[in-house]
Parts: sequence; C-alpha cells; structure tokens
Amino acid sequence: MKEILRVENIHKQFEGLEVLKGVSLTVNQGEVVAILGPSGSGKTTLLRCMNFLERADSGCLTMDGETFDLGRITKKELARLRRKTAFVFQNYNLFLNKTALQNVTQGLTVARKMPRAQAEEIGMAMLEKVGLADRAGYYPHQLSGGQQQRVAIARALATDPEVIYFDEPTSALDPELIGEVLGVIQQLAAEGRTMLVVTHEMRFARNVSTHTLFMEGGVVVEEGPTKEVFDHPRQERTKAFLQGQEESRA
Amino acid sequence: MLLAGIKVTIPLTIISFSIAMVIAVVVALVQLANIRGLKQLARFYIWVVRGTPLMVQLFIVFYGLPNLGLVIDPFPCAVVVFSLNEGAYCAETMRAAIQSVPQGQIEAGYCVGMNYLQIMWHIVLPQAFRTAFPPLSNSLIGMVKDTSLAANITVTEMLMTTQRIVAYYYEALVLYCEVALVYLLFCTVLTWVQRWGENRLDITRRKGAQA
Ligand SMILES: Nc1ncnc2c1ncn2[C@@H]1O[C@H](COP(=O)(O)OP(=O)(O)OP(=O)(O)O)[C@@H](O)[C@H]1O
Ligand SMILES: [Mg+2]
Repeated sequence: MKEILRVENIHKQFEGLEVLKGVSLTVNQGEVVAILGPSGSGKTTLLRCMNFLERADSGCLTMDGETFDLGRITKKELARLRRKTAFVFQNYNLFLNKTALQNVTQGLTVARKMPRAQAEEIGMAMLEKVGLADRAGYYPHQLSGGQQQRVAIARALATDPEVIYFDEPTSALDPELIGEVLGVIQQLAAEGRTMLVVTHEMRFARNVSTHTLFMEGGVVVEEGPTKEVFDHPRQERTKAFLQGQEESRA
Repeated sequence: MLLAGIKVTIPLTIISFSIAMVIAVVVALVQLANIRGLKQLARFYIWVVRGTPLMVQLFIVFYGLPNLGLVIDPFPCAVVVFSLNEGAYCAETMRAAIQSVPQGQIEAGYCVGMNYLQIMWHIVLPQAFRTAFPPLSNSLIGMVKDTSLAANITVTEMLMTTQRIVAYYYEALVLYCEVALVYLLFCTVLTWVQRWGENRLDITRRKGAQA
C-alpha cells in the first residue's frame, strides 16, 4: 500500500497552552481515518496545522514523498502542498458571494487558471456527484445546511486532492440532514478517496473508516484498524470514551 | 448659466470619488495586510486628513504649494484634494467592511489554493463592498455638497457661478435657493440610485430557494 501522508511529532501551543504534544500519524492511499476524541483534545488544531491554517511550532509532514519542516515551511512550499489537499469545514464556509457552481470552480479558474468552460464541466460533474446539479445557480443562503455542506464537499473534490480533511462535517447540521452528508462521504470512501475525518458520529466512524485514531489531551492515545479499535480497544481511556459515546446515544 | 456649474460639479464629484475609492481600498488593504512602514504611513494619512478641515486642505494645496514652486490648476487641484480627503474617510469604511467578512471565507480561499490577493479580489472585497455600500453612498452624497468649497479656490463650480450671477443681478435669495434646489436634485437622484443599488445587492442575498 502506498503511503501518501506522514506526520511526525507535531507540536503546537497557544500562548503557553500546549494543545498538540507530539502527534504522529501515517495515512496510506485510499484509507479513511476517523479521528475521535473528547472536546478540546486537539483534533481541530491537528487538522488545521496539517493544512497550515494554523502554524505548528515544530514537526514534519511528508506528502507524496516530499518532506516539509512545519516549523519553518516557506510560503511557496506551503502553496504547493495545499494544492494536494482540501478541507471541509464544520460550518461549510462556502463563498457567500458565489453560486454553488462558482464555489466549486473557484479553485480551478482562479487558483489554477483553468479555462472556465473546462472548470464548469468539472464543477457540474462534482455537483452531480453530491446530488446538487439542479442547485448550481443557487447562492449559499438559498441552500439548506446539508446542501451547503455537500457543495463544500464538491468544492473539495473539484481540485482532485490527494487527501481531504473533514473537521466535524455534520456537527452543525440538524439531525435529519446529517445522513445526506455522511452518505456522500461514504460514497467517496467507496471510490477510494483518502480522507481524514474528525467526527463525533460513532456509527459512521465504525462503518466507514478503515482506521481510527483516538486523541486525548494533545496526544494520540490509540490507533489502528477501525474494527480493532472499536472491538478490542487496548487503552483504558479509549474504552471509557467509546463506552461513554455508546451511553450518550442510548 | 447654472448649467456651466453642473458641468463642473458633476465631473468633479465623479472623478474625485472614483479616485477616492481606489485610495480607500488600497489604504484599507495595506492596513489589514500589516505591511510594516506602509501601515504606519496609511494611519498617518488618515490621521492628518481626518483631523484637518477640508477647506484648509484646499488652501494648502492651491495657495500654499505654489510657494514651493508647485502650481496646479484649480480643477485638478480640487480633484487631488477631494480624492485624498474622501479616500481617507472611505478607507475607514472599507476597513471595517473588510473586517466584517468572516475569517472562514479567507481560510476556505486558502484551502482551494488561492493566494492572498486572489482571495481579496474574488471573495472578500465583493462581500465588503456590499456591506460598505450604504455608508459609501452617504459619503458620496456628502461629497456632492462639499464640492461647493471648490469655489474658494476659483473652480467655477455651481456655487461660484451663482455668486457671479448674484453679483450681477442682486437676486440673492432666489438665486441661492435655486442653486440649493439643484444640489437637492442631485442628491435625490443619488438617493434613488442608492436604493436601487441596495435592492439589487439584496436580490443575490435573499432571493428565496423556491425555484
Ligand atoms: N486560536 C486559538 N487560540 C487559543 N487557544 C486555542 C485556539 N484554538 C484552539 N485552542 C485551544 O486548544 C485546545 C484544543 O482545541 P481544538 O479545537 O483543537 O479541540 P477539538 O478536539 O477540536 O475539540 P472539539 O471536539 O470541541 O471540536 C482547546 O483547549 C482550545 O481552547
Ligand atoms: Mg474541533
């Protein structure tokens, strides 16, 4: 299996508060990694550091065989690296002044200078994939939360990234809208997309992810194939967390 | 007769305001981009312009600069002063409007591979303009009336033209009321344009998802 992404020893602190205390992880092509953990454990910060929305204090990131020092990465390297990734936010962050289709094509026409016709063809195909081709001309405020998040996923797909990061993609949604978004992510998993998904949806993590990583207090407590982590957690903390989730759902 | 003034007042307003908008955007961006030196310069510019009367600024540039050997014709001189003056006020409006655009818009821009300027141009500024539209319209209306100050540096705009006619016919009340009406007319038209513009901007924001 081809390794696509490796992170080694990421450290990050906010004004003295140590949020990531040396996190490492490896992702192979086609894997779907679920990142679980209690609130405040540093999951969002980890994803943000990996995509440079937050600057890590130190650590290394290897993408596609090329290694970058996160502490002193240059703007140029950063831009190059970002082109291989995409990010789906908890609160969608669709461009408010752009239609659904323009949201999807923006990364192609503006950032990659692709001709518009070609970009729109790709854009429509991506909207089709998330079941929103008929909403291409709608602005974000004309779409439901679930639809907005699906457009955001189409936007992430448009640039054909090596890895897609999801930060709690369904936690801002009404319960009845969660399913449609998880359905799309599941479909992507089936197509072999490499994804890192921070989530509180245990059933989804269990059924869709290939690997699971449990974080607490800024460190990875446990990681492994999803089935093993869920069925035979080795760490007491993982056990307690999974049990707690089980109960809160019941 | 008043027509002569109209020919000056309207171009003076339009040209000056257009330049002012460019200044405003650049000065607002420079401040937000946190470029050392430039940022201080921008703050200094706004501080000076907002802290001194427009009339004094006109006098300094028109009557003062010739002492340094810099003589500018009345009309260009008025354009320079009004642009710089209005630019400072609008820069603050634009800065606030840009800051009101959620940080998530910028982060999403970076994540699809855009750079800072692309994000500003395609995402942030269009949204900021929408927010800034009402206050900017206000500034524009204020500016139409401020152009009457240009009479003081011998620009034959509306007020100056009227003054000349009054000096000839001694019909002060009627003539000054007449010029007041013309200003009122301009500003009313601008108010309509503002309302029309706001409605249009709203359409893209509110148009329901019925279709
Ligand atoms: N910009 C910031 N400035 C200061 N502290 C921050 C910042 N961002 C995050 N933190 C702190 O870092 C810690 C980890 O936050 P993070 O958002 O990564 O947690 P999380 O695991 O994503 O939690 P949740 O499940 O609630 O989303 C928290 O204690 C938080 O208060
Ligand atoms: Mg989080």
